[in-house]
Amino acid sequence: MATSGTRPRAVGRPVKRVEDGRLLAGQGRFVDDLHLPRMVHAAFVRSPHAHARVRHVSVSRALALPGVVAVLTADEAARLCHPWRGILTDYVGMKTALQYPLALDKVRYVGEPVVAVAAADRYVAEDACDLVEVEYETLPAVVDPEAAMRPGTPLIHEELGDNVIYRGGFDKGEVDQAFARAHRVYRDRFVVGRQTCVALEPRSLVAAYEPREGSLSVWISSQVPHMMQAIFARILGLPEQKIRVVAPDVGGSFGLKIHCYSDDVAACLLAMRLGRPVKWIADRLESFATDIHCREHLVDVEAAVSADGTVLGLRSRAITGVGPWSCYPRSSVVEGNQVIRLLTGPYRIRNYKAELNVVAQNKALMSQYRAVGHPIASMVMESMLDRAARDLQLDPVEIRRRNLVRRDELPYTTAFGYVFESGSYLESLELALDKGGYARWREEQARGRREGRHLGIGLSCFIELTAPGSFYGSGGAPISAQDSATVRVEPGGTVTALIGVTNQGQGAHTAFAQIIADQLGVSVEDVNVMSGDTALVPYGGGTSGSRGAVLGAGASILACRAVAEKVRRIAGHLLEAAPDDVELRDGKVSVRGAPDRSLTLADIGFRVYYQSDKLPRDLEPSLEATAHYTPARPITWANGVHMVVVEVDVETGLVKILRYVTVEDCGPMINPALVAEQVRGAVVQGIGSTLYEHVVYDAEGQLLTRTLMDYLVPGAAEMPDIEVHHLETPSPFTLGGFKGIAEAGTAGAPGAILNAVNDALAPFGVRLTRQPITPDLIRSALRQAPALNRDGRR
Amino acid sequence: MAERHVVRLTVNGESVERLVEPRKTLADFLRQDVELTGTHLGCEHGVCGACTVLLDGDPVRSCLLFAVQADGARVGTVEGLAHDGLHPIQEAFHDHFALQCGYCTPGMLMTVHDLLQRSPSPTREEIRKALAGNICRCTGYHAIVDAVEAAAARLRAAPPREAAR
Ligand code: FES
Ligand code: FES
Repeated sequence: MATSGTRPRAVGRPVKRVEDGRLLAGQGRFVDDLHLPRMVHAAFVRSPHAHARVRHVSVSRALALPGVVAVLTADEAARLCHPWRGILTDYVGMKTALQYPLALDKVRYVGEPVVAVAAADRYVAEDACDLVEVEYETLPAVVDPEAAMRPGTPLIHEELGDNVIYRGGFDKGEVDQAFARAHRVYRDRFVVGRQTCVALEPRSLVAAYEPREGSLSVWISSQVPHMMQAIFARILGLPEQKIRVVAPDVGGSFGLKIHCYSDDVAACLLAMRLGRPVKWIADRLESFATDIHCREHLVDVEAAVSADGTVLGLRSRAITGVGPWSCYPRSSVVEGNQVIRLLTGPYRIRNYKAELNVVAQNKALMSQYRAVGHPIASMVMESMLDRAARDLQLDPVEIRRRNLVRRDELPYTTAFGYVFESGSYLESLELALDKGGYARWREEQARGRREGRHLGIGLSCFIELTAPGSFYGSGGAPISAQDSATVRVEPGGTVTALIGVTNQGQGAHTAFAQIIADQLGVSVEDVNVMSGDTALVPYGGGTSGSRGAVLGAGASILACRAVAEKVRRIAGHLLEAAPDDVELRDGKVSVRGAPDRSLTLADIGFRVYYQSDKLPRDLEPSLEATAHYTPARPITWANGVHMVVVEVDVETGLVKILRYVTVEDCGPMINPALVAEQVRGAVVQGIGSTLYEHVVYDAEGQLLTRTLMDYLVPGAAEMPDIEVHHLETPSPFTLGGFKGIAEAGTAGAPGAILNAVNDALAPFGVRLTRQPITPDLIRSALRQAPALNRDGRR
Repeated sequence: MAERHVVRLTVNGESVERLVEPRKTLADFLRQDVELTGTHLGCEHGVCGACTVLLDGDPVRSCLLFAVQADGARVGTVEGLAHDGLHPIQEAFHDHFALQCGYCTPGMLMTVHDLLQRSPSPTREEIRKALAGNICRCTGYHAIVDAVEAAAARLRAAPPREAAR
């Protein structure tokens, strides 16, 4: 993967992060740290109702408050911009209503912005919100996703005729025959609760408009500055070249800061109307009410299994509740689709029929959060395998061995039609069992049971869809499928790199600096990577779908190759050698086999930039190149296995994680420490999903989880140490063989934990199929368990 | 607008005097009036710990205090942890990949600073308990616990000249 003549020295090593110094010193530059002259602050009047008609709005008292500079109503906002619609055209038949910055005729979820205020500071802006009078006529709320589909249910958007946003599915192989042949058929319903992302830095934006130029600058906590530029252009009616979007330091995102939010648009409109910079920072309550939510699925599944544990066929029917609109521009149907498409996991299941309903409700909008669909698909499949294994008296390991796709079956095409080109499904399992001490824990479990301790062991074997190419563009969304890098050797011989991929904490700048250092034969410290500014970096797609490392590395490698070629040609001229004989190594440019004939990059830089008149006319005076990269295949598949041991306290219902071991295969690792930390962070989010995190609405659509005391995220005290092991199976289709890693931990955790809890509870005849697995859920299941009523254990 | 009050305090050893509204939180005061933006806000309701600063040496949530309540106090923020370069705790965070986005980090550092003053050799379990009031959404905590262990060892070997307190 290195340019000829350089040895990889940085790639593959746990190089320390180049991002850390400022952040550790409290010198981060997050959006809220930005202060511009004459800047004012936005706040929003938000709907207290899930569903209501807006009868009357009066803003005069708010306008009269000293310090208030503007109040924006819904009608005015609608006049000032173009509405948007979250459709991806390749989901045939999907429908959703137009969205406006502020609620026009109706409010459709609690927290929906109704009026926007700008004032001298946030305190005054909130005071002014209290003075806005809104009269509502409440309407019955549509909350339950199954109910949303029933005829006669109130309509969230009358003009659409029903509340169904999308209906899809597929029928592959010979499903009915598979079920006819089955030794056993298992049926279950899985219920997955709503969640939300909870990036610690809330959504944040500063917008500044220059009316004479007609130019808008937006500093926004975002994963996707170029996408934001494109959608602001469409919505605000400005040409793209007049919009600059900057994502400075971003305090976590996980799929949160990748969508068009109506309050962001309203804040831009305020800035455009005022000609003054406007700052808008969500508080935590606004985050819970209006950040995208995720998950909320019902999955009915049937598995046809032979006597030896082979899964012959599957049927699934998923319902996903996504809030009043399909989110723009990524839509709200992708997660449900991923649930059904990924359900077969890394297993050889040829016959599979699936159906999906995506329905509207009076709740916050739902869209993609880390690992989109994977955790649910994996949890369902893994749980069904454990159920079959128990029933057939097979070890859970054995049933997996029998069904996992073997290396000699690659490339393997799944029932849905995905192609696994490379992977280590069985190898990962064996490594996890070995490192996790599976056999020892089984003994420990048996011993525990005799002593009244309830240990459970859970496994999950999963795939991770990474580095998707034209995933959204093919549906018409302005989301870049390619990514890009500009690499420049500066006059002094050091390197500047401008990367289209963004950084929300992953350590992307470190990883790209490693790649570039090796490619150009310089040290990591000599490379400065920048990203996140549409005025600075070439066009890119930011981060999503574990694409950053793969596409950013690919683009960096291509740009470095082009720069190295320029260096070789110029050095060849200066050293009187053939360019092909010139190599770049250790900051030097020398003739192969004649190390005394060498120059530094600084020598070359001086000549190219300051004495270019002395170069032959056919040598371009340039040490800079921009490259754009799309992987050869639309998806690169990573894979892994988690093994977890839990202890369940049957009195309190508390689950304690005793051991957590992961094996991840994301191909060759650019930086194993960064990979391990992506895995750990993702696993903990997966643990949060499985055990704690739950957005709760009541039957009227009122949001009950409004603080971090109601919505529990994992804390240090409950989390285990997480052991991370690696396999490195390169992708044949990406530059460097890299695969993505950011979501794998979140994908694998729910299945492993659910299985572990169910394994612990098995002696009571209890099996849970619901998430989050709260202490209440465990206790009430135990209370209803027949075995417990007799003697407390079986 | 409510009447403003004079607040006099020291921040990282420097005297500060400002006129503030009584409702202004200490966090907003530090970020906006003193222009030290290292103290972060993750919840503004006392749960996430991102806003943790030291008030007369004790860790407090600056989102839950008003600036006027800190009148006369000694406030330490992340900016004051090291005179120049990095404090051993900061170094250990760097060495152990104990931050990703860095948003929770200032609060973490202040909490850890306090922990290691009180308890120079904490176990992993004790470290995890001490960090229970600081949410990190990125790291999964394992690396932070590693960093705190390493920092404790480093501080036992060579205590630094303290800046923030
Ligand atoms: S911002 Fe103060 S505790 Fe979260
Ligand atoms: S590093 Fe992002 S919240 Fe802790």
